[in-house]
Amino acid sequence: MGLAKRIIPCLDVDNGRVVKGVNFVDIRDAGNPVEVAKRYNEQGADEITFLDITATHHNRATTVEMVEQIASEIFIPLTVGGGIRKVEDIRAMLNAGADKVGINSAAITNPELVREAAEKFGSQCIVIAIDAKRVSAKGEPGRWEIFTHGGRKPTGIDAVEWAIKMTELGAGEVLLTSMDGDGTKKGYDLELTRAISEAVKVPVIASGGVGNLDHLVEGIIEGGADAVLAASIFHFGEFSIPQAKAHLAKNNIEVRF
Amino acid sequence: MSQSVAIIDYGMGNLHSVASAVAHEAPNAHISVTADESIILAADHVIFPGVGAIRDCMAEITRLQLGDTVKKVIAQKQPVLGVCIGMQGLMTHSEENGGIDCLDVFPAQVKLFQGSAYEANQHDHLKVPHMGWNNVKQLNDHPIWHGIKDDERFYFVHSYFVDMSDPEEVIGQCDYGQPFAAAFARDNLIAAQFHPEKSHLAGLRFLRNFLNWSGE
Repeated sequence: MGLAKRIIPCLDVDNGRVVKGVNFVDIRDAGNPVEVAKRYNEQGADEITFLDITATHHNRATTVEMVEQIASEIFIPLTVGGGIRKVEDIRAMLNAGADKVGINSAAITNPELVREAAEKFGSQCIVIAIDAKRVSAKGEPGRWEIFTHGGRKPTGIDAVEWAIKMTELGAGEVLLTSMDGDGTKKGYDLELTRAISEAVKVPVIASGGVGNLDHLVEGIIEGGADAVLAASIFHFGEFSIPQAKAHLAKNNIEVRF
Repeated sequence: MSQSVAIIDYGMGNLHSVASAVAHEAPNAHISVTADESIILAADHVIFPGVGAIRDCMAEITRLQLGDTVKKVIAQKQPVLGVCIGMQGLMTHSEENGGIDCLDVFPAQVKLFQGSAYEANQHDHLKVPHMGWNNVKQLNDHPIWHGIKDDERFYFVHSYFVDMSDPEEVIGQCDYGQPFAAAFARDNLIAAQFHPEKSHLAGLRFLRNFLNWSGE
């Protein structure tokens, strides 16, 4: 009894197709986003995240159409991110049927966007997406920095301080991706997840690095995450959502069946 | 004649989701997403949704003169369903945005989840907003609960909650650091803090029960 921890399959969408995680060199096609989203809805996923990883200008219309189609077929919350730069982009996604919108690099160039968006649409639909990389040496206390451009460009911004600042500006949830872990299948950065989850008032979604179901358990119990996001372990049928939930329940974690 | 459903549109929130969930459960219904009082008053079933901050919601409701419309609909005995901010807007007053007067259909206060359990910088504190799937305890056998098991999980996303003064009218209770009203009912009116349109099968069933309900 009580608030359940959420399992969120993530659709990384490139040119209208779901692909394997962003940082994978070997990009594999995982299907049509609408079909994939419907399948997860039926399997009992708690939410779905749609990340437009191409996010080029001429693709925006396609993305909006796809979000509309997904939103009319699923009856669980839908978060959309990727290429969100201004208030109009957020409005377009919410009008298309997204429940929450993820803001990532636009918040770095313009932090006020987060405040403006939260005031206009409510904190509950503004997710701050943070891509962090460990910059502390082995043996030192953990320190992480925000990176942009798929983890190639450092910003000098401390990840924990950034999460606090963004949630104080009004973001209602943190989508935290460990750039070190993403695509490795070695598990979440638990120290990072714990540091941010304790520092902010709002829910934290752990992301980046899931290779097996124990990683989901660790993200929640050791990392203190409120929700766990994974992509490739679900896309290629390695594990199903019900299997993941059963595994969490076996480890005494509240889940929705 | 096919059933008509009016979803009150005051420019706040994701009405697309509510409309598509209603269409899923009542494929033959005529669904209007509207601020037009005549359409709302003539509808068989009325939904009063909303997401966002209460100040902006109440400001739009006032600007579009929909407060009176909502009260008329309730007085006309049409089945009415308030969802999330639509529920909170029916209360007397909300603490949000420095204190906002609401429609005062129910004599209750809307309060922030706060206190030591919700503070940051501690191990596993309760996060605000209360976001995700939580159990709803059914406090009576209202027809809205038909086919839904007790303690079923529904999807919530809110930082403020309704502190009910009259427990008789609370038909569903949730707990998040403290018990609060997840759903309440009076005559032809039902309100839910959770989002049935986002609560998968249980939520769809809740909506179907509402659409099949005569309001008695």
